[in-house]
Amino acid sequence: MRRWSRSRPGKSPRQVRMNPETIQSSLVDAIPGCRVEIVANASPSAQHSLLVDADHALAAARFLRDTPVLRFDFCSNVTGVDWPARETSAKVKVKKLLDGVEKEVEEVRKTTTPGYLEVVYHLYSHQNKLGPLPLRMRTQDREAGVHLPSLTPIWRSAEFQEREIFDLFGVIFDGHPDLRRILMWDSFVDHPMRRDYVEPDDFEYEPTAHDEVLQRAKQHLTQAGAR
Amino acid sequence: MEPPVDTDQEQFLEISMGPQHPSTHGVFRMNVVLDGEHVVRLKPVFGYLHRNHEKIAESETYLGSMPYTDRLDYLCSITNNWAYALAVEALAGIQVPERAEYLRIITGELTRLQNHASLIGFLLQDMGSSGTPLMYAFREREKILDLFEALTGARMMCNYMRFGGCRVDMPAGWLDQAKKVVSEFPRFLDEYEQLLVGNEILMERTQGIGVLSRELAVSAAISGPMARASGVNYDIRKVDRYGIYDRFSFRVPLGAHGDVYDRYMIRFLEMRESLKILNQAMKDIPAGPIVDPKMRIRGFRPKPGEAYARIESPKGELGFYLISDGSPNPYRYRVRPPSLINLTVLEDLCLGRNVADVVAILGSIDIVLGEVDR
Repeated sequence: MRRWSRSRPGKSPRQVRMNPETIQSSLVDAIPGCRVEIVANASPSAQHSLLVDADHALAAARFLRDTPVLRFDFCSNVTGVDWPARETSAKVKVKKLLDGVEKEVEEVRKTTTPGYLEVVYHLYSHQNKLGPLPLRMRTQDREAGVHLPSLTPIWRSAEFQEREIFDLFGVIFDGHPDLRRILMWDSFVDHPMRRDYVEPDDFEYEPTAHDEVLQRAKQHLTQAGAR
Repeated sequence: MEPPVDTDQEQFLEISMGPQHPSTHGVFRMNVVLDGEHVVRLKPVFGYLHRNHEKIAESETYLGSMPYTDRLDYLCSITNNWAYALAVEALAGIQVPERAEYLRIITGELTRLQNHASLIGFLLQDMGSSGTPLMYAFREREKILDLFEALTGARMMCNYMRFGGCRVDMPAGWLDQAKKVVSEFPRFLDEYEQLLVGNEILMERTQGIGVLSRELAVSAAISGPMARASGVNYDIRKVDRYGIYDRFSFRVPLGAHGDVYDRYMIRFLEMRESLKILNQAMKDIPAGPIVDPKMRIRGFRPKPGEAYARIESPKGELGFYLISDGSPNPYRYRVRPPSLINLTVLEDLCLGRNVADVVAILGSIDIVLGEVDR
């Protein structure tokens, strides 16, 4: 029979949350040209995330995984979010000349935020008991510029989950070892998890003998009888 | 199907295992390329049970998705409810009363017991020990399902948790019945272990098969009993201490080899630890309300923001990621399915083994297709 090792009983250190500003500044220092923003989270969970630019994402991910004080070795969850173009209107006070007198007038100004796709990685550290740290990347738009670097070379767990994002959101991960559809079938064309997805009109009508069919049959029979 | 690995050199046989076969645990298919008896490539094919749970949840209210989470891992509906409730509680900042936390622990650990018992039964069934082990396991599982039925009204689709508590309190006499089931459970475990743990055929078929290294387990985010069988000391009940898990004394069993046998044994040991938690929780459970009185079900609109919450479900790390835009439905609702992510390493475990081993390895991963395909 085999021997079984067991972890020691007692209290293990509680999960620590690291200050996102510290991680941001160490990332900017370590990787030249890397743009990192903090995306604040207003909810009580206070899980603020780091937004890295796509060009330096792979280096940033490697830094997060390999730096001894961080060691985010466990990439738990990978998912996509679709943000279509939004129109926001805000009231702005503008000074205008009305009948020769300068007056303050309220004007509604519309601003359009261009749409993009976002990929979120939830990182934990087994060794340092850190986490969760959401790491985000954004595509340029939702049509042609949907390329992002794959982080599967850093965390193997992203393999199936990036395939799922490719399948359901349409993000193309450059450097993924096996980028195919995973849940939908290969000949499927659209991306169902996008907000503006429209289901294909593939309803098949099968006529059965009732209502108008019966009526037409009756009509046909009476005409035949009159003749 | 893709072309075989390298057809010039040798004769390869490409076979499709599943989707309609009991050993695939549902509608799961594997494209396997064989060189003689040995697997040279294995590609899992998903999606036979895909109904886009996440998309449906985006057009539902927050509470409206709660019964639907039952259908993810349909063996463990209560832990699915728990993970989802925990995510919404993190998103909206809801507190859970004491008694409800105890009820969650009791029902959650009972869920773990019945999941592990039936997993061991299924695994042995897959390896050809037909009938007896599965029936023994199902006999015990049935007692726990009876408890669930008495408490929630349903055996499997329990729909038990609510944001900030639980749906119903225990009926009269339920706790005594649960205590009886828990006190009789070790007898079943002893009997079962005696029947099978030292069995020579079982050891031959499971030891040294499908070895998962510790490094790969962490890199591929393998969680739950499968990771701990590879020696990864990571139990979310200990690490996050969600709910009130820090009040109970229990230990985390770890495997040393990471093979099928360790994954099988770890479930036995985890059941014994679950029984410890259950005994403590059923002794200490206080009286009081079971749901946060400030929680309003109608017109529930969390403030804009996002939250990721996870629990140690019987299969591994079950997480929910929610983004709120202030409306009554979630803007984004994501399930982190442990079954799917644990399958990432299936090919690595199976390469070089034969087809019969593939069945044993797949059985030891413990998947439920409702969760894999969502």
